[in-house]
Amino acid sequence: MQTDWLWGLFGGGIIGMAAAGFLLINGRIMGASGILGGVVDGSAKASRRENLMFMAGLIAAPGLLVFLLGGAETHATSNVLLLAAAGLLVGLGTRLANGCTSGHGVCGISRLSLRGIVATVFYIAAGGLIVAIFRHGLGWI
Amino acid sequence: MDMMRYVTAALFGALFGVGLYLSGMTDTQKVIGWLDIFGAWDPTLAFVMGGAIVPMAVAWKIAERRKAPALGSAFPAPPEPKLGRKLVIGSLFFGAGWGLVGLCPGPAMASLFWGGSQGFVFLVAMVIGMALAPMAHRGLDAPLTTGDVT
Repeated sequence: MQTDWLWGLFGGGIIGMAAAGFLLINGRIMGASGILGGVVDGSAKASRRENLMFMAGLIAAPGLLVFLLGGAETHATSNVLLLAAAGLLVGLGTRLANGCTSGHGVCGISRLSLRGIVATVFYIAAGGLIVAIFRHGLGWI
Repeated sequence: MDMMRYVTAALFGALFGVGLYLSGMTDTQKVIGWLDIFGAWDPTLAFVMGGAIVPMAVAWKIAERRKAPALGSAFPAPPEPKLGRKLVIGSLFFGAGWGLVGLCPGPAMASLFWGGSQGFVFLVAMVIGMALAPMAHRGLDAPLTTGDVT
């Protein structure tokens, strides 16, 4: 358990360094939903290629790491309805709120953005409620 | 300069992905564990957030003292002070989906190569949700007949 916390802190530090570099070098906020969503709905325009390159690295690097080290699992549910519903909610919700865990959470909270803090409180509260209902009430997840 | 921006964008994307994997955030059970306050609560996500927020807070301070990013023309605008119902409704939707499966946009992309068909179904649905978002945006921007104030 404690080893997981240390890996969390270490991996988190790497995430923070990536966000710091993307801001100081590229002048961009490292928000995963904005980077993908801007390409999906065409609003990214001038930054479209930069977003695509960011996503290429984001997909390839952990893929390569897992290929080299072997064995990784996301342990995600295999219930297709849950996956589809969750994906729709995450896609729609992050674009409406204009940010997700990386944009509002990491990049927003670190500059004490009220929107980032409020968004984080609401998505954690909603997630906690859903887990309480679906795990302990219905036993679906 | 554009070419260099693309190279650094790919590098920071790679770093982000490696960080997500090493931190355990591509494991949906660790994420659901963080949200499971009535069960076997797993605080790992708080360590990840803390570990990421500290270097980023330093970066914002450095950015304040600089005129422009190394390979760009301007830093992002200061945060919008207005909250609004889209922020709240969107975050509630996002949190609900996040709790159901334990994936958010970053880890969903980072685990594409090894997340199996489950990850693929989630990612496709997420992209569809993102494509529908502009419609929902317009719907929520329309004034409500009840005289609702955001």
